[in-house]
This record gives sequence, structure tokens and C-alpha cells, in this order.
Amino acid sequence: MALSKDFGFGADEQLVRDQARRFLRDSVPADRLRSMVARDHHEAYESALQPAPWDEGVWKQMVELGWTALGVPEDAGGLGAKAILRATIAEEIGRVALPSPLPATLAATAVLRAAGASAALARIAAGEPVTLAVTPESGSWDPDDAGVAARGSGSDVSLHGRAAFVQDARKCRRLVVAARGPGGIGLHVVPIDAPGVTVAPDRIVDLTRDQATVAFDGVRVAPGDVAAPDGRGAAALRDALPEILTLLAADLCGAAEWQLQTTAEYARTRVQFERPIGFFQAVKHPLVNVMMAIDGARSLTYAAACAIDEDPADALRLARMAKAAASDAGAFASDRSVQLHGGIGFTWECDVHLWFKRQKHSEQLFGNAPVQRAELARMLASG
Amino acid sequence: MTERRDTPEQAEFREYCRRWLEENRPPAPAFRMPVSAIEITGEEQRRYFSDWQRKCHAAGLVGADYPKEYGGGGHKGFQTVASQELGRSGAPFMMNVIGLSMAAPTILVHGTEAQKRRFLPPLLSCDEVWCQGFSEPGAGSDLASAQTAAVREGDNWIVDGHKVWTSLAHFADWMILLARTSRDDKYKGLTYFIAPIRGAKGVTVRPLVKMTGEAGFNEVLFDHVVIPDAQRLDEVGKGWTVAMTTLTYERGAAEGAGSGGGPSLEDQVQALIALAKRTPRAGATAWDDAVVRDKIARMAIRVEAMRQNARRARVETLTDHPMRIPLQSKVQLTELHQDLGALGVEIAGPHSTRYLGDEAAPDGGAWPHAYMNSYGMTIAAGSNEIQRNILGERVLGLAKSK
Repeated sequence: MALSKDFGFGADEQLVRDQARRFLRDSVPADRLRSMVARDHHEAYESALQPAPWDEGVWKQMVELGWTALGVPEDAGGLGAKAILRATIAEEIGRVALPSPLPATLAATAVLRAAGASAALARIAAGEPVTLAVTPESGSWDPDDAGVAARGSGSDVSLHGRAAFVQDARKCRRLVVAARGPGGIGLHVVPIDAPGVTVAPDRIVDLTRDQATVAFDGVRVAPGDVAAPDGRGAAALRDALPEILTLLAADLCGAAEWQLQTTAEYARTRVQFERPIGFFQAVKHPLVNVMMAIDGARSLTYAAACAIDEDPADALRLARMAKAAASDAGAFASDRSVQLHGGIGFTWECDVHLWFKRQKHSEQLFGNAPVQRAELARMLASG
Repeated sequence: MTERRDTPEQAEFREYCRRWLEENRPPAPAFRMPVSAIEITGEEQRRYFSDWQRKCHAAGLVGADYPKEYGGGGHKGFQTVASQELGRSGAPFMMNVIGLSMAAPTILVHGTEAQKRRFLPPLLSCDEVWCQGFSEPGAGSDLASAQTAAVREGDNWIVDGHKVWTSLAHFADWMILLARTSRDDKYKGLTYFIAPIRGAKGVTVRPLVKMTGEAGFNEVLFDHVVIPDAQRLDEVGKGWTVAMTTLTYERGAAEGAGSGGGPSLEDQVQALIALAKRTPRAGATAWDDAVVRDKIARMAIRVEAMRQNARRARVETLTDHPMRIPLQSKVQLTELHQDLGALGVEIAGPHSTRYLGDEAAPDGGAWPHAYMNSYGMTIAAGSNEIQRNILGERVLGLAKSK
């Protein structure tokens, strides 16, 4: 089978991506982001409860634009869009470092799609934000490791335990919980305000997201809310992994491109020794290296997205490569963006720390670069 | 097995290439195989490699996408297939590598009809070998400061000067030559010629020895050498523009006539894995070391990224600047080769102290050799430092370093 030369990114996809780019640029410029999440450093880091500010108006518009329906199949009331389109939307979200439940919802959508949970998918298409609660407190990304246990069966299932690293929990309405039952890992869809659910926000570095540890104390699951029965949940998580990794890689690439362009602009205008500092090769060459790191990561991200639709057998290899390359590119862009801004780059008032912190967070989710490469080495040796 | 990306015509041609290569691959020669065309030395090697290219050309594996009237196959999208199959088959490389990857595309773009008919067919068949005369002792990274002078005398030009790093000059019939025809303007004072080398009066070719110990390139001295005006390529004063075409092909931003041969980057990653798996390390193998696996995985990622970059470079809506990816490829490719070589040396550990000709050397000593030889690529065709200046200035709009 010939793979699309253009990664499946046709005229329709371009139209939606360009519209997204304009919409996000206009509705969340950097100064708006700053006033939302970094107005005050005391409020951001030192108050008892870190706020999780976001713009619900922007979310409603995104739902109207159909973005939550992109990953939902048409027969479940969605748009059944191509993965490459979801990746480019995630890239635009990263570019503006948007505080939003959309990345978490797109990841949860991929899992629910793999599980064939059409009722939950239909609610997402209609605009309900959902997030994954699938990771134990150890931070293991292995789908067979869950920190939650499911007890009972049939109409009498209850959840017990804790899920950690739950992304944007305070912006989402429902959780997709991985729980170990008698027959293996299952997936359960639980309202965030269900009796027995306690959301304990983590204090995190990233100001553009929130994260929580969620405790389940005998939470009842209605039979209709079992997205994957015991023993089928880990497979759904595994099937969704290429998309989860690809979306994170796209977010990293978009944010890294903002870091590159913002730092290049500074290097064009900041004058020292009677010259714009971009004249000096100690500034110029690292910026070029950042650009090359981003481009490789971006190409791998699009290749992974294309493979999700056209060559699923190869999607995980490409997605791991994309996540590794994008994590490294994000780390490198972050490092140079602060350093090359000089003294101002180290301050709260300069915008670069907002992206720096988002990148540090994205790098770690679902396995940072060394974790991806360890998995990849296994695939290379056996393939 | 066909490639997933092939059209039906390409798939059929690929099948043909495989069959032909299986049947026609020449036996290993008595001499030790040079690692690339640049290292070919002596009459025996010259004959072996030029015979092989002639045969491949006759079979349609060289110049496949060139027009028939210039000795090509008249196809589209076939050369990539032939080059891939040549690489995979382990068959010898093409000898006329400068001609195929630089002179031919430049002549095709800038040559007159007569020049194309005269020079391209024997170039493709290796009946005439080509070299490149750009760099000079005082014009390396700053190529446009070339001083080798061409002065008009009636229907001829008289050339005096000194070119260096001239690969294959010792076998060459012709040279693509960048010469100064005016001192009024650095760039517009340059003109591009096809210069005679073998047997030409006033031409002296002196070999230079590389750090690898191999004779690879030469310096070429011009003392009142006569070039007919009919061998000028494009207009007087347009030499820099023509040279940019050559460099575009040299830097890999576009595909030439296919020089084939040599293992693919993917194959080199597999060779690293194989090397690690058979290199003993602390009671196990180097592959059992997580650090080694991490480093090899990094290489695999860079190889795949290069391939996907090439794919994305053709999708305008997924690139931000038309030259952003094409201008990177020379830097990326040459540094990848360098790092692959360096990693092979590191993995082999003490065994990498053994060099070409040592029977116990892993992969025949190829790793330390490839590593050292890679500096030719990171320095040539505009050093990678110059490439980074160009990228920073043209793509990111940073202030010019010059």
C-alpha cells in the first residue's frame, strides 16, 4: 500500500488547521495567557491551592468549531477526522501554550475509540471534556499497571485506589479510569463529581495545565459506564498509545516553534556590541540547531499521525520516535530560549518561562525521550 | 518485495533492478575495495569501476531519469529506485560520482543543446570522468573569492590558477570550473567553464593524501590552459548562479543522476546493532548496555527523521519556509554519517583500534575509517559552519555574519 506522500494533509485539513491557527492566535495572545496564568507569582506558586485558570468561553468556541468531535467516529456522532488533522490542531494548541482540557480530551478520545465506547464518545463530540486516570502513583506508563482496583461484577462494580498524573482533572467533567478487576484491566467512565471521587490537585511547575491525584473510595460504576470489560482495557490503552504519543509530540513541536521564533525575534532586535546579537555565531548556530531539532521531530510527528490511519502496524515505532525527538527538541528549545534571552529570560516578566514549563511537563508524560528510546531499541532489535 | 511507496511502474522497475543486479553483480576484485569513488587508485581499479558503471548505464540503472537524447532512460522517478537497489545489493559504487551528482545536473540546467549532446552520454556511461574545480587555497568556505583567472582571447579563454581538494582529477577528462573573468565584482566576476584535464597542455595534477592514509584528491594547476568559448556554461558573469545549481545538487537538496552504491543509512543502523550484539562487554555484549541501546536508538530516530524531512519538504502546507528543510539536509546528512562512524568506533571499543587491512578488525576496519573520512563531508561543499550561517540568515533572518 502506498502511503500518502502528503501525510494525508489535504485541502480540507489545511482549511481547518489554518482556521485553528488564526483562532488561537487571536483569542489567546501571549499577554492574554500571561494575565490568565502568571499575573502574580504568589498566586501561581505560593497560595494554598494553585489555581487552574482557563477560558471556558474559548472552550465553547472550540467545541462549536468541532474540535472535540475530531477523534470521534461518525457513527458515534463525531467527525471521524484524520489523525494528521488532530496532530496539527494539537501543534497549534502547543504553539500558544493554551490552558485547555482539549489535549486531555483528545487523548481520552483515542482510548475510548479503541475501546469502542460510543456513548462516552458521543458526549465528547457534544463538548464534554474528559481525561485519563490510568497511571498509578509510581508513574509507570505500562497499561498493565493500574493504581485502582475494581471489585464486584455486573451491576455491582466499585472502584478503590488512586490514579496519579491525571491531566487537567479540574477542567474535565469525566474520567476514564483504568482499574484492575478479577479478569484483568478494565476501563470505566466515571463523572468527576461521583460520590467517592476525591480530586487532590498536585502543585506543579507548568502554569498552563493542572494535574491531580484522584482517589476512588468505593465509587460505583453503572453497567453502561464500563468502556472496556476486565481484560480488555490494557489492549485499548495500547492501541491508543501511538495517538497519545503523537499528540504530545505535536504539542511539544508547536511550543518549540514558538520558542524558536520568539528567540529569533529577540536575536534580531536585541543589540549588544553595536550589533543585533543574532550576528554572533554563538547565538546564530544554536538557534539553527534548535530549528533542525524541531523539523526532524515535526516530520516524525506527521509521519506517525499518517501511520495511525494508513499503516497502524508501523504507528507505534514512528510515534515513539516522534515523542523522543519532540521531547528532545522541546527541551533544547526551552534551554536556548531562556539562555539566549539573557538576564531578562530568567525573570518572571519574560514570557519564555511559560513555554519552558509547559515543555518540561509535556516531555515527561507517557515516557520521556530516554524511556521512548529504550522501548524503541527493543523494537529495532526484534524488527 | 516492493516498497510501500512505489508506483506500479516503480515496483516493476525495482523488480527488474533486483533481478539484473543478482545476475550481474561483479565478483569481488583482487584488490581491497576502496570505500567510495573518491578513493579509487591505480589503473586496475579504474578499469574495474568504470566497466561496472558502463554496464549499469547500459542496463538502465544509471541516468534512468535523463532524456534519451542525452544518453538517459527517459523515465521519471526511476533513479531513486535504481539507487536504492544498487545500495542494497552491495554492488560496487559508481565511479563517475562528481559527474553524476554535480556536473550532469548542472549541464542539464545550464548547458546548450550541443553541450548536452556532447557531454552527457559519455558522462553517464563513464567513458569520460569528471572532476570539480571550485575550491582554491585562498577560497574555501568563502568560495566566491576564487582567483583562478580566465582571460578572453578571440574564441578561446586562457586560464591560469590553482584548484584544490579536487577528487578524481587523476582520472578526469573534464572539470567543471569556476573561474574569475572580472575583478570588478566578487560574484558577477565569476564564469563557469568545462575545462579539459587529461592530456591538456598546461594542466598539472598533483595528488593529496587524506588523513585516512588514502590518496583521494588532488590539486590542479592551470598554466595558460586554453578553453574554447563553446565550453563556457551559461553567460559570462553568471558563474556564481551556475555554481549554486551545482551546490544544490552537491548538498543533496535535489537528486542527481544517481551515484548509487554504499550502504543505506538504515543498513548502517542495523550494522551498529549487529556490531553491538557481537562485541563482548563485561560478560555480556555491548547491546546489553542500556547506554549503547540509547545511542543506537538516537541514530535510528535521526535516520527516520531525515527520510520524513525529505517527504515533508514536498508538502508546502506543512513547511513554514520553502528552503528550511532543503538547506538543512547537507548538515544533517554529513553529521549523521560522522556520528554513526563515531558510535561504531565507541561500541567496538578496543577492537576499533584495528584498521583497514587488519583481518581481525570489525567490519574490515570500516568504522574508524568511516569516522575519519566523514570529516571530508562535514567540511566539503561549504563547511557545516557556513551552512549554519546560511540557515540562520536566510531562514531565521538573523544578521549576516560576514
